[in-house]
Amino acid sequence: MKRTYTLKILRGTPKNQYFEEFELEFSPGANIISALMDIQKNPVNKKGEKTTPVVWEQGCLEEVCGSCSLLVDGFPRQSCTCLIEPFFEGKNHATITLAPFTKFPLIRDLVVDRTQMFENLKKVRAWVDIDGSFEQGEGPKVSPDVQEALYVLSTCMTCGCCTEGCPQMTGSSKFIGPAALSQARLFNAHPTGSMKKDERIRPLMEEGGVGDCGNAQNCKEVCPKNIPLTESIALIGREATKQAIRDFFSLSDTKK
Amino acid sequence: MAEKRKEVIVVGGGLAGLACAMKLAENGCFVKLVCLTKVRRSHSVCAQGGINIAVNKKGEDDSPTIHAYDTLKGGDFLANQPPVLEMCLAGPSILNMLDRAGCPFNRTPEGNIDFRRFGGTLYHRTAFCGASTGQQLLYTLDEQVRRYETKGLVEKYENHEFLRLVLDKDNITRGIVMHDVYNLDLQVLKADAVVIATGGCGVIFKKSTNSTFCTGAANGRIYKQGMKYANGEFIQIHPTAIPGQDKLRLISESSRGEGGRVWVYGDSSKTITFPDGSEKPCGQTGEPWYFLEEMYPGYGNLVPRDIGAREVLRICELGLGIDGQMQVYLDVSHLPRVKHHKLEAVLDIYEKFTGDDPRKLPMKIFPAVHYTMGGGWVDWPAADDKDRKERFRQMTNLKGCFNIGESDYQFHGANRLGANSLLSCIFSGLVAGKEAPLYIDSLDQKSEDIDEAIFEKAYNSEKKIQEKLLTNTGKENVHLLADELAEYLIKYVTVKRNNEGLKKTLEKIKELRERYKNIELDDKGKTLNQTYVFAHQFDAMLELALVITKGALLRDEFRGSHFKEGYSDRDDDKFLKTTIAEYEPEEPKISYEDIDIRHFDPVKRNYVVAKKVKPEVKNFPKNWEPLL
Repeated sequence: MKRTYTLKILRGTPKNQYFEEFELEFSPGANIISALMDIQKNPVNKKGEKTTPVVWEQGCLEEVCGSCSLLVDGFPRQSCTCLIEPFFEGKNHATITLAPFTKFPLIRDLVVDRTQMFENLKKVRAWVDIDGSFEQGEGPKVSPDVQEALYVLSTCMTCGCCTEGCPQMTGSSKFIGPAALSQARLFNAHPTGSMKKDERIRPLMEEGGVGDCGNAQNCKEVCPKNIPLTESIALIGREATKQAIRDFFSLSDTKK
Repeated sequence: MAEKRKEVIVVGGGLAGLACAMKLAENGCFVKLVCLTKVRRSHSVCAQGGINIAVNKKGEDDSPTIHAYDTLKGGDFLANQPPVLEMCLAGPSILNMLDRAGCPFNRTPEGNIDFRRFGGTLYHRTAFCGASTGQQLLYTLDEQVRRYETKGLVEKYENHEFLRLVLDKDNITRGIVMHDVYNLDLQVLKADAVVIATGGCGVIFKKSTNSTFCTGAANGRIYKQGMKYANGEFIQIHPTAIPGQDKLRLISESSRGEGGRVWVYGDSSKTITFPDGSEKPCGQTGEPWYFLEEMYPGYGNLVPRDIGAREVLRICELGLGIDGQMQVYLDVSHLPRVKHHKLEAVLDIYEKFTGDDPRKLPMKIFPAVHYTMGGGWVDWPAADDKDRKERFRQMTNLKGCFNIGESDYQFHGANRLGANSLLSCIFSGLVAGKEAPLYIDSLDQKSEDIDEAIFEKAYNSEKKIQEKLLTNTGKENVHLLADELAEYLIKYVTVKRNNEGLKKTLEKIKELRERYKNIELDDKGKTLNQTYVFAHQFDAMLELALVITKGALLRDEFRGSHFKEGYSDRDDDKFLKTTIAEYEPEEPKISYEDIDIRHFDPVKRNYVVAKKVKPEVKNFPKNWEPLL
């Protein structure tokens, strides 16, 4: 039995957004990306009118690059791993709504500009300060347990799902968001990175820092990589408190 | 007066581009980093299994020399030997640098970096981060480059696409023209050197394991401007990918490195020719038949990729694929939990896309277009060459234009060994980061002293192309043309080639090139017009398709990934040579260049027996200097 589905897509540019529907025939293995590719090849909407191809962001299509974030039926996720099949729920027709993220500046159709997330990585100094690339022997030894913890945090692909899901992120909010907080934790946990712990924590003690988290815990729910974001925020919160006490008593940062 | 900072444009923000940008910044250059996407989303993230570095930490008596030999042998001796040897010698320092910069490599119980086994070698020399090593390495370098960005040494132009080089009257590179993908604004960037690090061209075949931006367009555009393109016909087919509607997703070779086995149900009524020439039955009927292990007892499931892909295809053509289809099993279900954990990233992806848990059921896989061994021709004055200081490593035949990473041709010969790509990307990036400033020192005139008319002319050429493409009318749809191109390339220019099919493909591409003149875009606006961006790329993709196909047609032998019916052997007399393609409007002009085999004598590849050899390096470079 032939199955069909409707993609209801929020399209357009800032202040000029509208829904357009596309009717597609289901083929096994189809996902949101292959559906958008079909529209691109033959941009005709449900009413049979010729339209422009829908634009979206994509990259690896293996859920490691973080490009293809979308709202699918209102839920922030990667569209490459979003298969069409489950939406039928035993019926012969399904309707799926696609929309761009709302917490970032809209460019067009499903594409938003997530530059801010990368700028935030600068604020938390999300790197290890090495002396240079020149040969200076091996790095510090790391136990398998610590490596495991670092690796999980380091799989963050800056996709923005956590930011989109966070209720604290509103137009007026300066909140840096869960991803950057978790990156601060990552580099503070690294043996060399920990030497600059205070430089990562201090900016997070200000407005827009860890104190702005409202503890809704949505970030953890929507993270496609299951990164323990709420745990990261709690840890950074504790570090911030300790740093505040050290700073209040003007203690040196040598014991980190 | 203080000398002005040297300015270098790096095009591409994958591993090679970032390694180069980091090194340039460290050397005091000012880097303009141009990238089609956010650098952190570059295709390097897709590399899964690991990075080969021979540090001999497993008590196996491994060495960079053996690594170089394995690499050359895996590439069927088509690579020039001096750059390969130097790459392997630099490996240990590169690993130390990445380790210090915080790349989360898997660890041994003692806290040292762990190593796994990969294809085409008998040694454990592959360092890894779970099964997303490329992503982790990319992030590590991205972080270092961001650090230099905050110091004002790197300026990023993300979501910008390279369109052409600005060449002066002496054909010296003086800058680039690019457009902003968000609004198609054209812009000229000036610099005294340009480094191209734009990756492979898998998307020419439409479905591949490559990211959707790996069209090869940048290389194709520069080729049209006069860059020599080398070894185009060598395209790697990876034996194990998941078939998909939108792309073919890679299942890492590390799944076999950790003990995964490839099999189909046997059928003793059928026979197949073994590598030694004997005819043997295809296993026992109804029993799992581990055909790679039987055919290649020495390397088993870890034969080089070209061999693995060809055998999988042969098995399927005999009708032994799963349910008679073009699929075989890749089984990791028997492995212990700790191994599953090391492979988690790939196993999760398989489960997300197929719904089957590979920890319980064998995976169904098939070969897919994976890696571009060919690329921009680049120079390599060897350490002992008399003119070492007069020429520049990784520089193309266009002065001032360097090429690194997957977009160059230098390190993998006729077939790349698994886990060598990450090393070659970082190595060539670091090399270009050292050579580009030396090149700039050698210049008499800097880009700011060049007549402005040169830049205006380049800008206007692009302006014209843009106007034409946006207003062109006709009945052709560029996406459908791309489908037709891919259909021919997949059928005639992948695992098994024949001259008749290659000729047909060559004619087809020329036909498509004519029809391309009649395309009309479904979107004629300027705001994030992806149809336009692709249509512009497709012009360059067609030219590279011609290079790939014609190179394959003229190479009448069997070498590495290039297998042609009727030519069962490697022909060193005629074809131990690099293929060089130069642009001509009708079709590429092909010539050949001798290969530098100063370090090892080419031998016939044999993966049937496992024998650890201690290859002797002839003419070890006396003037070799460490890279880092």
